[in-house]
Amino acid sequence: MKYSVFAAGLLGASAAFAETPELTVYTYDSFVSDWGPGPAVEKAFEEVCGCDLKLVGAGDGAALLARIKLEGNRSDADVVLGLDTNLTAAAKDSGLFADHSVSAEFDLPIAWEDATFVPYDWGYFAFVHNADADVPGDFKSLAASDTRIVIQDPRSSTPGLGLLMWVKAAYGGEAPTIWEGLADNIVTVTKGWSEAYGMFLEGEADMVLSYTTSPAYHLIAEEDASKAAASFAEGHYMQVEVAGKLAASDQPELADQFLQFMVSDAFQSVIPTTNWMYPAVTPEDGLPTGFETLITPEKSLLLPADQAAAVRDAALDEWRGALSR
Amino acid sequence: MARRAQPLSPAAGYGAALLVAALILGTLAAVALRAEPGRGLVTADWAAVRFTLVQASLSALFSVALAVPVARALARRRFAGRNLLIALLGAPFILPVIVAILGLLAVFGRAGWVSDALGLFGLEPLSIYGLHGVVLAHVFFNLPLATRLILQGWQEIPAERFRLAAQLDADARAMWQLLEAPMLARVVPGALAVVFAICLSSFAVALTLGGGPRATTIELAIYQAFSFDFDLGRAALLSAVQLLLTALAAMIALRAPVGEGFGSGLDRMLRRWDGRGAMARGFDGFWILFAALFLLLPLLAVVLSGLPGVLSLPASVWQAAGASILVAGASTLILLALALPMALAAALGRPLPMEIAGLLGLAASPLVIGTGLFILIYPVASPFALALPVTALVNAVMALPFAMRILIPAARDVITRHRRLALSLDMTGRPFILWVVLPRMRAQIGFAAGLAAALSMGDLGVIALFADPEVATLPLQVYRLMGAYQMQAAAGAALVLLCLSMGAFWILDRGGRWHAEA
Repeated sequence: MKYSVFAAGLLGASAAFAETPELTVYTYDSFVSDWGPGPAVEKAFEEVCGCDLKLVGAGDGAALLARIKLEGNRSDADVVLGLDTNLTAAAKDSGLFADHSVSAEFDLPIAWEDATFVPYDWGYFAFVHNADADVPGDFKSLAASDTRIVIQDPRSSTPGLGLLMWVKAAYGGEAPTIWEGLADNIVTVTKGWSEAYGMFLEGEADMVLSYTTSPAYHLIAEEDASKAAASFAEGHYMQVEVAGKLAASDQPELADQFLQFMVSDAFQSVIPTTNWMYPAVTPEDGLPTGFETLITPEKSLLLPADQAAAVRDAALDEWRGALSR
Repeated sequence: MARRAQPLSPAAGYGAALLVAALILGTLAAVALRAEPGRGLVTADWAAVRFTLVQASLSALFSVALAVPVARALARRRFAGRNLLIALLGAPFILPVIVAILGLLAVFGRAGWVSDALGLFGLEPLSIYGLHGVVLAHVFFNLPLATRLILQGWQEIPAERFRLAAQLDADARAMWQLLEAPMLARVVPGALAVVFAICLSSFAVALTLGGGPRATTIELAIYQAFSFDFDLGRAALLSAVQLLLTALAAMIALRAPVGEGFGSGLDRMLRRWDGRGAMARGFDGFWILFAALFLLLPLLAVVLSGLPGVLSLPASVWQAAGASILVAGASTLILLALALPMALAAALGRPLPMEIAGLLGLAASPLVIGTGLFILIYPVASPFALALPVTALVNAVMALPFAMRILIPAARDVITRHRRLALSLDMTGRPFILWVVLPRMRAQIGFAAGLAAALSMGDLGVIALFADPEVATLPLQVYRLMGAYQMQAAAGAALVLLCLSMGAFWILDRGGRWHAEA
């Protein structure tokens, strides 16, 4: 009873301010934090849209999709920002997303053709280590070495799922053997990126699964050049982060405007030093100083969205099987 | 047992228990009803059930087995800083998991203090990854709670009993047989059940320290079903398995002899005449030192890593701290409103339904409760607007089992002692509660309220699902900071959280004991 009175009050309140349209964007937590792109993006977009941009953090990429599915067509969200290509097939299958009208010259290592999702940044998964350490240069020599790594669980984190796809894309049917070899190198598996990265910084492991851009954070924000990413000969799996417009949005024009804004300079120029990823469209001023020190993989690996969705369950079973022995 | 005239009606308690059961089972049903046909439980899920049972049983056994000598030592000894130590020992229980894990790693990790010390002697570093790591962490979390619950049992033995035993020249052995062992038989099963239930829904601890997919718990399987597969049916099914296991464990544990307690004393100051020998002193000293080192060193690590960042914390952390204080306050009030009537009802009549209703709160997966509430609330109101009230409510339900373990024995004693007098004075209902129950139970009420406030302060269960960017609670803010590479700020925020939780616990627990001898 109390709740419905409360709800009525809320509805009344939002009706009173209906002159300023509101665009609701669901995203992952670190996007909206003080250090994430959220605050700058909100300010820049509100300057041009005459609207109120509401960024809502909802866990990580996978939790975000679950949230949207839970809310279904009645969702308040107009745009979902923060899915990656391992999730887009499932997102498209839900039928909750509408096609976009964005045109842009993307600076991705791969050609981008997707009618529903627009990329806003990307990066390469990589093992990050202390710069002075001697580290292996591919999965096989990693498996043979006694280098200790900490990784994330693919069932609860997007980087963890990314590593699963990385090994799968590089080795296909041979993936279980690779995992068996890696088993004694894995110190532990964590729920998410934060736990794993924290453990690495505390000295629990020699390397942690993260991104090639992680050392840029330490270099630029902390003036600390002691971290580096290991370059792997198999190539590095990519994470392309995308946004999409919800079909049931009550602000479809604003949503389109936001997606177009997302690939503009104002948005893209804040990405490198807030989300610590590569912008999907390189800003006019180029990348910030410090990014030139990062490794550039010779080969970019990425399973197409439908293929990634198709191999996901089998790859998970292989991973679990190899590491449970 | 024949129905006796009682000064109170248990109706309010039954109402509260029904409310709790409805919340937990209702949210579970909401999730199950939203589910499309999924794939049901798979082989890997049964492996998760097995692992969960093994680790929870071991964790409960070790926590309680270690807690008995520690509580005994604390009950027998009086020393400067004893109260402070007891309060500090409670801290691990309320730390956000990730912070506690980093604290544990700083001590027991491969690059931790113990490994460094071993290195000085040319020994290999420790490895705390695997089942033993999970159990170690769970003992770290739950030893304080088990100790407090058992210590409570010791303190409920009337001082006159010890005096009498001393006059009869009972030695430590006789004291043990006459007073301590029967008390333990009463208290230990409940403590085992609570710790088992807590460890049953362990997720991040078991995953991070378990070392790999072998250490999959039911809660992780629920998480996977929910956010990886979006298989709500499987999530609900797994959650039901978890509830069933807790209910079974609770039934076994709570069937233990209840006994008549120790009757009444005159609330005299507790003095002990046993345990004066050098052996006993050494023994007690060892256990107190063990508990202090084991529990306080990781806390020290948390404090040391947090100090550099604490002065330069961003405003958002202080806002989050404000939200957390608000939630903890509300949660504590809700808890007392539920737990007191339930404890009294348990003391008046049949305790089992009350205990089980209470324990359900522990066994229910926060993810499933959160999702269920989301499904239920979504059609009527914005989940964001209700983020804080819902968090407060769920936290209260989660703290209920602890409060029940603390309140029921005291309620039983008060009612047995004062029932006849109250009835002869025709003092029933409200006056009985105000003049007899509340003053007699204030130490336990304070302890329960302190625990609830502290637990709620550190909880990250439901808020993550409902969170609005503007009203994050402090634990959520810690995670957000870590997710944005702000490890220093996160460590600082974690220290603030530690201080707030400890502060809340200290104030409420001390408040309950004000001008009372414990």
